[in-house]
Amino acid sequence: MIADDDEKWLAAAIAAVKQHAFYMQRAIDSNNLKDALKFSAQMLSELRTSKLSPHKYYELYIRVFNELGTLEIFFKEETGRGCSIAELYELVQHAGNILPRLYLLCTIGSVYIKSKDVTATDILKDLVEMCRAVQHPLRGLFLRSYLAQVTRDKLPSIGSDLEGDGDAHMNALEFVLQNFTEMNKLWVRMQHQGPSREKDKREKERNELRDLVGKNLHVLSQLEGVDLGIYRDTVLPRILEQVVNCKDELAQCYLMDCIIQVFPDDFHLQTLDVLLGACPQLQPSVDIKTVLSGLMERLSNYAASSVEALPNFLQVEAFSKLNYAIGKVVEAQVDLPAAASVTLYLFLLKFTLHVYSDRLDYVDEVLGSCVTQLSATGKLCDDKAAKQIVAFLSAPLEKYNNVVTILKLTNYPRVMEYLDHETNKAMAIIIVQSVLKNNTHIATADEVDALFELAKGLIKDFDGKVDYEIDEEDFQEEQNLVARLVHKLYSDDPEEMSKIIFTVRKHILAGGPKRLPLTIPPLVFSALKLIRRLRGGDENPFGDDASATPKRILQLLSEASTVEVLSDVSAPDLALRLYLQCAQAANDCELETVTYEFFTKAYLLYEEEISDSKAQVTALRLIIGTLQRMRVFNVENRDTLTHKATGYSARLLRKPDQCRAVYECSHLFWADECENLKDGERVVLCLKRAQRIADAVQQMANASRGTSSTGSVALYVELLNKYLYFLEKGNPQVTGDTIQSLAELIRSETKKVESEPFINSTMRYIEFQRQQDGMDEKYEKIKMEWFE
Amino acid sequence: MVLVLALGDLHVPHRAADLPPKFKSMLVPGKIQHIICTGNLCIKEIHDYLKTICPDLHIVRGEFDEDARYPENKTLTIGQFKLGLCHGHQVIPWGDLDSLAMLQRQLGVDILVTGHTHQFTAYKHEGGVVINPGSATGAYSSINQDVNPSFVLMDIDGFRAVVYVYELIDGEVKVDKIEFKKPPTTNSAP
Repeated sequence: MIADDDEKWLAAAIAAVKQHAFYMQRAIDSNNLKDALKFSAQMLSELRTSKLSPHKYYELYIRVFNELGTLEIFFKEETGRGCSIAELYELVQHAGNILPRLYLLCTIGSVYIKSKDVTATDILKDLVEMCRAVQHPLRGLFLRSYLAQVTRDKLPSIGSDLEGDGDAHMNALEFVLQNFTEMNKLWVRMQHQGPSREKDKREKERNELRDLVGKNLHVLSQLEGVDLGIYRDTVLPRILEQVVNCKDELAQCYLMDCIIQVFPDDFHLQTLDVLLGACPQLQPSVDIKTVLSGLMERLSNYAASSVEALPNFLQVEAFSKLNYAIGKVVEAQVDLPAAASVTLYLFLLKFTLHVYSDRLDYVDEVLGSCVTQLSATGKLCDDKAAKQIVAFLSAPLEKYNNVVTILKLTNYPRVMEYLDHETNKAMAIIIVQSVLKNNTHIATADEVDALFELAKGLIKDFDGKVDYEIDEEDFQEEQNLVARLVHKLYSDDPEEMSKIIFTVRKHILAGGPKRLPLTIPPLVFSALKLIRRLRGGDENPFGDDASATPKRILQLLSEASTVEVLSDVSAPDLALRLYLQCAQAANDCELETVTYEFFTKAYLLYEEEISDSKAQVTALRLIIGTLQRMRVFNVENRDTLTHKATGYSARLLRKPDQCRAVYECSHLFWADECENLKDGERVVLCLKRAQRIADAVQQMANASRGTSSTGSVALYVELLNKYLYFLEKGNPQVTGDTIQSLAELIRSETKKVESEPFINSTMRYIEFQRQQDGMDEKYEKIKMEWFE
Repeated sequence: MVLVLALGDLHVPHRAADLPPKFKSMLVPGKIQHIICTGNLCIKEIHDYLKTICPDLHIVRGEFDEDARYPENKTLTIGQFKLGLCHGHQVIPWGDLDSLAMLQRQLGVDILVTGHTHQFTAYKHEGGVVINPGSATGAYSSINQDVNPSFVLMDIDGFRAVVYVYELIDGEVKVDKIEFKKPPTTNSAP
């Protein structure tokens, strides 16, 4: 109902304004000054209403304002026609009520200023004083607003033609300051009008009017002649005086923000202590952090956009002032939520990173202040605060793009201590990703240690408790990050690199069974790379027991529970592969015992842990392939290992697999580049053994009628190819006869099944080889009479 | 003109953090019709990455691959060429060309692509061509002492295959090319 009434009254008032304006216009058109004044006064009387809300009053005001414009033009013309300003002034004074009279005086006054009969200063002074007569907050605000609007472009300034005496711009300043002060007082008074239950409504209404007051500050900022000196000595102190003294939360909050937004950044920089000094004097309920955040953000942007201004920041000691002010705020507001105080420090940190990026001590100080604050609240448990802390910690990472710089900030890990487990891990991921993205190389063991400490949320379980809720794929992706990280840790100095490896190992081993299969391999390969480097360099004759040698590192991998742990955590296949890699490295270093040890471990795993038949086939292949390349063994060791390997081959689950593994073992008795490792006889023994297994396969196939026997024929063809291989290599035990008899066997078998492409390609190979120079003898005995 | 990317032995994250940035910027999605990969990626993320470069991805199993479902070997036909793909740890002695030739005869292919040695090779013999694209990340190898990151791009057009090898040496990408022609009358299979 109230709203409806509001609409009704507004409509009525507007109608009345329209009507009076119509008559006023008619009077103007017929140059009837007296009537014009009469009707304008009546029109202005509508603004005397108390019935309208501020929003509606504004609408009415706008209507009237537009009409007054016409009137102002008329007054100007009248003065041109001989009516003196003084006379107009006098006439207006006779208007009945004070409000219309004042509006008219302001209108004429603005015309008066332009005529230059009297100085602008005197008029302005007069008007601003006279407006005091209206103490009703709403009406007074709009009246003064009108005064400000109508005099706006007529304010005396340096170099303008309105300048009366030397201090004209000071007087203009004084005018605006006074108008501002009075308007603020009226605005604040609105808070106390009416019943307390309507407080919220009043605050809402006040908010709608705030720009009327703020406009004055805007005008001040645009006045010519308001340089830094005047701002510092007059403008700012006067504004702050009013802000503090009005003791009104709404006004203080708005006006502080207004000051910060409206005046130039270098002014703020130079008056920083004055501005910050006002903060503690404000009402306790004022949201200081918004004010300070706004200020710091502006200053950050200022620093970012103009490099020439940076020395000024240092000169005024902006950092220490802001740091101190924030400390005071946080101290004073005891129940400030964690998220809010962190946000405050976040802004200070961003500011510091922008302005003082090379001052790590400042950055560290901000981190330290945050730690102090967090220590009061304890470990965080709300999401908002956690998010802010992540933003806080990410800021220096993004700025420097170099984790090594972050590692120098002593307070950085301390902040991380206050994160809950999940957020800590999220932050660790961000840090590791930063290293990978920026391709940062970490070159000392100490830095590696510090980095892994920082990232411990990712590297190990929190308090030994396994996180069961995590998705498998996500977990693997996370650990793969750690694995990739290992490859970014590198030092040119082998000693340092060795220390790095030991450090990484220390951290990784604490990771628990789920992590080890993902993190141990990169560690092992990093070590193997170092071993290769050491092998290339000179042995240090003066090195002490602790210095890095291939042997020591291999020992680390073999004995000190590095690869070993993998078999404990159900990754025997991986462990076996890593042992074989280590064996090769040891072989290259000519460390026979160590190499033998690795093989022993691999064999043990094969015998005891690898039970899946497919896995066995692959594992055995790898064993044979590795063993074939070993050159470090004496005859005895070699024989032992070879014998075992062939034994394993013959005992694989499926006969075809057995056959293949056994014929692969033939290579164990033949090293192409090493004369005393060519045992032609044992090669042939192996191949014959393989053939017997193939025969067995053949028999089984024949027994079960209807089963195609291509499987066994394929084995024979493979064997044939192996014989050809050794024939080519010059194994004296492999003769044309051997091959011919096998070829005939194949021929007889293939009569029963379709010919295989493998046979054809082998045939072509034989023919091709026969054509080569000097090959006649070898291939003489091989007569391949194929069917068709 | 059919572009085939051949690469493998990346060993991420066991032995390398990622492909070299210079290679990554060259491998632009949409330009390549097939990818043949010799294996040892080793993780799903690399598989997914390769799929973004080209959805037609053929991959065989390396001994360190996380995914056990990749086949031991694979054959496919592109243009007039039959290609065979196998990681190579299955062929003993490792890197021995005669043993690889045997595998080639067994698979009945014109071009055999294998890896494991982390050493680029392109070798022509009686039965066809053996190509090893090396390690795309320059990963550590117990077989090859000095590994440079490398990969191969084949341009197959009917009976003609041009093999481009890209190698990262001392921070610079070096390119070399070899051409193979398949005689039209010869068939690998009846």
